[in-house]
Amino acid sequence: MPPSTLFEKVWQAHEVVPETADTPAVLYIDLHLVHEVTSPQAFSALRALKLPVRRPERTLATMDHSTPTASDQVFGRVPIKVDAAARQVRQLEQNAAEFGVELFGLRDARRGIVHVISPELGASRPGMTIVCGDSHTSTHGAFGALAFGIGSTEVGHVLATQCLLQRKPKTFAVNVEGRLPAGVTAKDLILAIIGRIGVSGGTGHVVEYRGEGIRALSMEERMTVCNMSIEAGARAGMIAPDETTFEYLKGRPRAPAGRDWEAAVQRWTLLESDAGAVFDRSIDIDGGAIEPMITYGTNPGMVVPITAAIPDCAGDAVAGKALGYMGFHGGDAMLGKPVNTVFIGSCTNGRLTDLQAAATVLKGRKVAPGVHLLIVPGSQQIKRDAEAAGLADIFKTAGADWRESGCSMCLGMNGDTVAAGQYSLSTSNRNFEGRQGAGARTLLASPLTAAASAVRGRITDPRELL
Amino acid sequence: MQPLRKVSSRTVVLPFTHIDTDQIIPARFLTTTTREGLGRQLFSDWRYRADGTPDPDFPLNRPEAQGCEVLVAGRNFGCGSSREHAPWALLDYGIRAVISTEIADIFRGNALKNGLLPVTVDESIAAWLLAHPGAAVTVDLENACVVLPTGVSAAFEIESFARHCLLHGIDQLGYLRGKLPEIERYESTHAGF
Repeated sequence: MPPSTLFEKVWQAHEVVPETADTPAVLYIDLHLVHEVTSPQAFSALRALKLPVRRPERTLATMDHSTPTASDQVFGRVPIKVDAAARQVRQLEQNAAEFGVELFGLRDARRGIVHVISPELGASRPGMTIVCGDSHTSTHGAFGALAFGIGSTEVGHVLATQCLLQRKPKTFAVNVEGRLPAGVTAKDLILAIIGRIGVSGGTGHVVEYRGEGIRALSMEERMTVCNMSIEAGARAGMIAPDETTFEYLKGRPRAPAGRDWEAAVQRWTLLESDAGAVFDRSIDIDGGAIEPMITYGTNPGMVVPITAAIPDCAGDAVAGKALGYMGFHGGDAMLGKPVNTVFIGSCTNGRLTDLQAAATVLKGRKVAPGVHLLIVPGSQQIKRDAEAAGLADIFKTAGADWRESGCSMCLGMNGDTVAAGQYSLSTSNRNFEGRQGAGARTLLASPLTAAASAVRGRITDPRELL
Repeated sequence: MQPLRKVSSRTVVLPFTHIDTDQIIPARFLTTTTREGLGRQLFSDWRYRADGTPDPDFPLNRPEAQGCEVLVAGRNFGCGSSREHAPWALLDYGIRAVISTEIADIFRGNALKNGLLPVTVDESIAAWLLAHPGAAVTVDLENACVVLPTGVSAAFEIESFARHCLLHGIDQLGYLRGKLPEIERYESTHAGF
């Protein structure tokens, strides 16, 4: 056997029918995650064809995108403010009941953002194929799974057959040598990588993040990195499983236990790219040279170290349009620019360690007057954990708005939005025009930078407050 | 699905790179539970002013753009989310083909499954198309080429199976269900990781 990459091992193990020049591979899907926004049309397609969900035990549904984060709305004390969102929630409840799919409903203690709850349960594991009608499915690649986003038609294909028709992507090694310095997070690392390769640099490829800088990351940090693979255009991002992975998974509700656990770890240990495996493309990144990063434009590739100035883009009409939207100018320093809203949460940075990082900055400090700091845990479990650990008290004492879990302000479709023209420093993944609300101006950064900037009311280097 | 062989139309040009799916159809319109009727919200934040009236300067709103079925855009069209609402909105509006130098992976897959042709051309063809809004072009799926009014014919790559399905109106789910014996055999012999 020639040496092969992690991706090739997982791909090959799931080929029901290999691809040919004329036909794509039939790829088996181990776990299908479903949410309320991209599934209604897929369930309707099954209903029209009188087809059942073929493997309901491999299907897990939750609601996160359009759900409110205000406790009163979540727990039914007042109606859900966005009517259409309420209909979508009811639709998923009906579809799950009709097709026999397990659903973590609106008031379920296990509910949360789809890419947060599956790892939390131990349902996302090494070597699996995982899909969801959501581009940030790449998150689960942190476990050494092949995980990618699909459209609603493909959601229907997986519901009906547990398989997808896929062409084999190319492979791309991102080698991170050197550990991240203090005050620099996994979010800064992935923003730096996207800044380097560009928002379409990964198109057609599955990225494998490798090297000492990656091995040193916790599972939560690895999820942050893999989560934003799609922002570089990549089909998926993967990290080979190791002791950090096994330690995270051990004892989780859906992880194997007892003798099954030992056998699983033996299999998972084989899931790494062989020495001499060839990638279609590779780059090297010096993790030790990375600084806190922040975006200044309208895609995640328009990013600079927080201490830097906005690049001069005279003559570049597209960059000029982005800066015009943001109200910025080439040559402006990023530090010191005012912020109106700060959002800490999302499938990128809504996990417990992200909240702990924010709390290290917010403890004993206050949010600057006039700034709205919204902190939204990635799951109800994280909410309970953060409350038990005293983090929620630190947030509330600082003047933050502490909510129920959901996608919230990452995308303006659940009532949590940023007003037109306002600056939002956000730990989410997309700074596209209008992403957080029509006319909203988004700056992407880490939870540390978000918390520090909330305290000062201006873009702040978190290293000044650590 | 109806067979699709070619699209002949004047072009409408959006000369921006990295047009993401949040521009094609903003998230606040994703609360629908059907796939119909999204054309009205296509490019909503660019097409309409704050008071809801059409912005006359936006290319799709110009009189000469009415009825155009081919959209020409800058590099990396359709990046961002997996929302299939993006091709649904384009098709509902009347767009049948999108031409760019690069088209994002998930958008491309979603477009092909709905009969919207994603066409990637080289820099020189793209530059000509971007500079000539309203050009009468033919996107010929059978021969996998774009024919410009200058007579130039530019080949484009398209995944062979998707092309076959579009040309013959074949439903991919039907094909996939035809593989159920192989899928069952796989399930009985593979324990997985």
